[in-house]
Amino acid sequence: MSSATIKKLEKNFMIVLLVVGGIIISIPFMWMILSSFKPLNEAVQMPPTFLPQNPTFENYINLFTNLNFGIYLRNTLIIVFFSFIGLIFNGMAGYAFAKYQFKGRKVIFYTILATMMIPGQVTMIPVYLILNQMGLTNTMTGIVLPGLAVAFSIFLFRQFMQTIPDDLIEAARLDGAGEYYIFFKLIIPIAKPVFAVQAILTFIAAWNSFLWPLIIASDQRLYTLSVGLALLEGQHSSNFALQMAGAAFMVVPIVIIFAFFQKYIIEGFTMSGLK
Amino acid sequence: MGNLLKTLYRDRHPYIFIAPAFLLLMMFSLIPIVVAFFISFTDINLRGLADWSQISFIGLENYIKLFNDSVFITSIFNTLFYVVIGVPLVIICSLSVALILNYGKDKIFHFFRAVYYMPSITNIVAVAVIWGFLYNTHYGLFNYFLSLVEIGRVPWLEQPTLAKISLILLAVWKGLGINMIIFLAALQGIPKEYYEAAKVDGANRLQTLWHVTIPLLGFATFFVTVTTLIGWLQFFEEPYVMTNGGPLDGTLSMALFIYRSGFQLSEFGYAAAGSFVLFFMIIIVTLIQFKFRKADVEY
Repeated sequence: MSSATIKKLEKNFMIVLLVVGGIIISIPFMWMILSSFKPLNEAVQMPPTFLPQNPTFENYINLFTNLNFGIYLRNTLIIVFFSFIGLIFNGMAGYAFAKYQFKGRKVIFYTILATMMIPGQVTMIPVYLILNQMGLTNTMTGIVLPGLAVAFSIFLFRQFMQTIPDDLIEAARLDGAGEYYIFFKLIIPIAKPVFAVQAILTFIAAWNSFLWPLIIASDQRLYTLSVGLALLEGQHSSNFALQMAGAAFMVVPIVIIFAFFQKYIIEGFTMSGLK
Repeated sequence: MGNLLKTLYRDRHPYIFIAPAFLLLMMFSLIPIVVAFFISFTDINLRGLADWSQISFIGLENYIKLFNDSVFITSIFNTLFYVVIGVPLVIICSLSVALILNYGKDKIFHFFRAVYYMPSITNIVAVAVIWGFLYNTHYGLFNYFLSLVEIGRVPWLEQPTLAKISLILLAVWKGLGINMIIFLAALQGIPKEYYEAAKVDGANRLQTLWHVTIPLLGFATFFVTVTTLIGWLQFFEEPYVMTNGGPLDGTLSMALFIYRSGFQLSEFGYAAAGSFVLFFMIIIVTLIQFKFRKADVEY
């Protein structure tokens, strides 16, 4: 065999490996989707059916009529909305660290980086106590506030904004533009790529938020989709078809967003300058 | 004094820009760690929360109690079990996938890059719910597959050691994507000349992999190891949703122990002490890695 054929064979072998591995990786997703359209007795039937024999939307309808998934969805979207405001805060901070000289810049920046090292388990109890002291437990504000500022996001914004030329900002200043005007009208449009990546990551994080709503919300009115799904899992522990519909309702939107933006999401992680 | 105020006013903009984010981080990351440290030496619980005069300083009592608490010791061993098996597994799997993905540039490789990445962005609760169904002893898909090859029902989540392994499998599946991307980025950053030089020297594929590629991945491997280790030490959602720490505390992780003592038993001081033990372990493990990290091969 010539080396070219060996190379081709090798590549085909790699593709086969990739496909087999990919199918194994996707089994949980496929099973979730398929089971969510089966009536309960079919979902737990042994041997299982592959495609739903009597496809039904009953499980999905159930989520909204008998369970409170409508409210959970609304709460989750509120969290998403506020996390976008947090994103602007992070962008502002990243800009200041990248483009201003000021007293304490280094110290404050390293302090912010250091907060990334603190595990969530250490802060969750005192944050709960602090919010309790402020009377914010079991409120939407209490759920949203702790997650607004994200150190890693500030870091990424700073990295990107350092590449914006100083001359550009100076020129705007000479033209008489104010500092806020410069940030909102000049910097944000230039930094669109990093804002886009951060917006997608922020959306995913907020959509998936679990621990804070779980701790802060004692009232079902404030549950997010994740917390509601965990509750569903506990209360309807044998209704697997319903559970799969709940899971699919959480996963599918993210999968769709991911399919559209996958290039940006994946590059977002490599943007942090990792070799 | 007037001068100082004037300069402060003139230079106010950067401070105004960082103020919202910094104040939030201050309030919810920096101050809490001080608060956590202090309350770990007190007996604050639900009663103390309502009436501060009920709180008393008890010194190291929480810490002493922790190390005599067999449930906490179990949670430490479980967490170590997760780390010792899970971390190498994640690294080996994600590196292998990255190597295969790096093999070609066709559309199919890009497509599968997305497929392998998918689990890492999906909601952990949803994932745990799906896997709980797959693992179900009677109705689960996994046991059905096994029954096809004449293997009897495996109690995936019902036997302490096996349940830990089942949770690890799920977490590896979920952790694959992000680490694979880091490895892939590193692989694509290796200059072609190194491979050509290896070829000229007559190295075969395996030798090239072992002596060229893997050493050049030094920093990526280090980064992945540190972040994965920290992540696994904080293992929480999987046992919370799938087994709630059972059977017989067999899957109880330290993070879940802290959550339970804090929010289900309302023993805030005790839980804070537990969280500091975890924090201390994280710091030690990270420092050890920095210490043993071999100098990077520069390229």
